[in-house]
Amino acid sequence: MTTAEKHEFPMARTCPFAPPPAYEEIREEEPVSRVRLPDGGWAWVVSRHEDVRTVLNDRRFSADRQHPDFPALVEGEAASRRPDEERFLIAMDPPEHGPARKAVLGEFTVRRLEALRPRIQEIVDERIDMLLAGPQPGDLVDALSLPVPSLVICEMLGVPYADHEFFQENTVKVIKQSTPPEERWAAMGAIQGYMADLIAEKEKNPPDDLLGRQIVTLRANGTYRRTALTSMGLLLLVAGHETTANMISLSTLAFLRNPEQLAMIKADPSRTLSAVEEMLRYFTIIDVATARLCVEDVEVGGQLIRAGEGVLALGYSANRDPRAFENPDELDIERGARHHVAFGFGPHQCLGQNLARMELQIVFDTLFRRVPTLEQAMDIDELPFKDDANIYGLYQLPVTW
Amino acid sequence: MKIIVDTSRCVGAGQCVLTEPALFDQSEDDGTIIVLNETPEGELVEKAREAAHVCPGQALSLEE
Repeated sequence: MTTAEKHEFPMARTCPFAPPPAYEEIREEEPVSRVRLPDGGWAWVVSRHEDVRTVLNDRRFSADRQHPDFPALVEGEAASRRPDEERFLIAMDPPEHGPARKAVLGEFTVRRLEALRPRIQEIVDERIDMLLAGPQPGDLVDALSLPVPSLVICEMLGVPYADHEFFQENTVKVIKQSTPPEERWAAMGAIQGYMADLIAEKEKNPPDDLLGRQIVTLRANGTYRRTALTSMGLLLLVAGHETTANMISLSTLAFLRNPEQLAMIKADPSRTLSAVEEMLRYFTIIDVATARLCVEDVEVGGQLIRAGEGVLALGYSANRDPRAFENPDELDIERGARHHVAFGFGPHQCLGQNLARMELQIVFDTLFRRVPTLEQAMDIDELPFKDDANIYGLYQLPVTW
Repeated sequence: MKIIVDTSRCVGAGQCVLTEPALFDQSEDDGTIIVLNETPEGELVEKAREAAHVCPGQALSLEE
């Protein structure tokens, strides 16, 4: 048995601020090695920064999660695959992927997102007003982390925010590793049906929101299909709120526990963007999202990977690789960590990454300026971290001020 | 230094624009890279190197 075949995947974090301990062992001793998956199958893990970037940017690794051989990270996943169903953008390969991504990329350019800045600032201010008006301790997740990105993505897409409880509850079921397969698919089906109905309504008289504009543009070039837009809308809605919400909570906690780092951004808010990059690297909340299926023999880090074998490109391991980052386990907001892979790498790199950056920047600047006495109100050992979810985070973060 | 771009590899992530808006822009339609200045000099040389380093599609290369 090799070093890593002892290991089962996914591996749990034992410290909220560090990757699973086995990552370091794998990265140093056998950087491309084998792990057991929940369904008894196995896959390669790739753990060094350079190799992770190679895998994620090489077309010989497919992202098609509906392929029967794609590595299954939760039990029952393989059995519930429906290869004929509409693929999410993150599960597409060329030639399908490029045009589908480009169709919405125009909505996420740096310039386009800058135009949203005043509205995002307004939303952040409103939520902080509500937090301050509420009882102490207040829950930062409920008051700020979840509503801010949810409101932003709802307004962008043209999804009524009044429905947020419905899609947030179902999202939690989808990303929880312990959700039974039937329940996961029911939750998925519920939000899928919701999005399809919403889009059908918008088709009648397309409004000036992202979904409405997509209907108009895709109709004009003759490529409009409701099922495809439903899958895109759903991905943007789910990915747009759950990820950023967890980054807001985790980073706020990390700032509160590293007061000297917090003092640096309070003294000079121009440092916040670099602090955001460091937080993204430090937590890498979507670590397990970068699975791939090898479709042509390829050598990575000196190891031959054969067509048909599953590969897990460990983003969190890459982001703590001392070959890429000096003293990687140290939180250093000034390190200039922009080459991290917290948003993935290659053609599937997160579409909403610059929206996330802007939201995080505005939240931290505003929160610590307006609530300088913010403190965590629950012991670190009692805080409910999302150890059981495919997107890491916090269920709750009680705070006082 | 000359900036070389392979637009077929561009994934529209906008990391080049975030690195240096004086050198790079994005197409309004599909977010792909537009180079504003192919032959940077002075301080912009280092910015071009950083942009190439963080480009997720590895669409940018430099002829030094």
